Amino acid sequence: MKRHLNDITALVFSLASGLIFGIGLILAGMANPAKVLAFLDLAGAWDPSLGLVMGGAIAVGFIAFTIAKKRHLSYLGLAIQLPTNRIIDKRLILGGLVFGIGWGLVGICPAPAFVLLGVGSMKGVIFVVTMVIGMGIYELLENCKKSDSK
Amino acid sequence: MLIDWNNFTPWTALAGGALIGLASALFVLFNGRIAGITGILGGLLRPKLRDIGWRVAFIIGLTGAPFIWQLFAPLPAIQIDASNALLAVAGLIVGISTRYGSGCTSGHGVCGISRLSPRSIFATLAFMATGFITVYVVRHLLGA
Repeated sequence: MKRHLNDITALVFSLASGLIFGIGLILAGMANPAKVLAFLDLAGAWDPSLGLVMGGAIAVGFIAFTIAKKRHLSYLGLAIQLPTNRIIDKRLILGGLVFGIGWGLVGICPAPAFVLLGVGSMKGVIFVVTMVIGMGIYELLENCKKSDSK
Repeated sequence: MLIDWNNFTPWTALAGGALIGLASALFVLFNGRIAGITGILGGLLRPKLRDIGWRVAFIIGLTGAPFIWQLFAPLPAIQIDASNALLAVAGLIVGISTRYGSGCTSGHGVCGISRLSPRSIFATLAFMATGFITVYVVRHLLGA
């Protein structure tokens, strides 16, 4: 049987992955922007916690991706789609540099933003809405570029 | 460097991180996808009919996490000092730049480094660097 990502089993795994991810963020203290900023504030009273969050996540993730790289199909029989692009270009670096500025201004990145939305924080709502608008602006600019080059 | 020992939470940081890694592991090993929030969310803005459900399901899970948490324990402290205007500016910057740079802390930082992708390692170094610099400028040069 050929499975699809929208099969009910795959949807349950998507939901569970998102949920576990969010619980991990809350437990780690990363849903608290003040704690994220305390990590980024090297010259202040430095809280190294975020470094250990990354370490813990990567330790588990490394095992999973080592397995995933050797497989073509997932345990549900879905194609494993890993990025193939290996070129370190201007987009990648510039995008990263600018993202760090936005992240450093408020201490919120995309995943914790949704946890803050779930908490019902008005500030979380503002961040998520403007972030989605930003992604929409990106899509518009990309579409303009594509139609220009036609 | 002065470590804030009172607020440093090594065990919950490691355990929470391990859960984030577990979520990424389940996602790639069962659904075959990278748990990168930028990519999952961004894909909804160029929707293909059979490509929507799993993205929405992941985001519902993420957003629902505090509800499930509260069934068992009170939420830990959440403090956002930024003004609404600053949050809006930062939201726009994060939205545009993460799509432009193909990922954020989850896609590049966790999944990308886990699969030893040179692109993600460089992207993570880039946003960590400007994250540190931005906080330094805001807190110690501008004194905000």
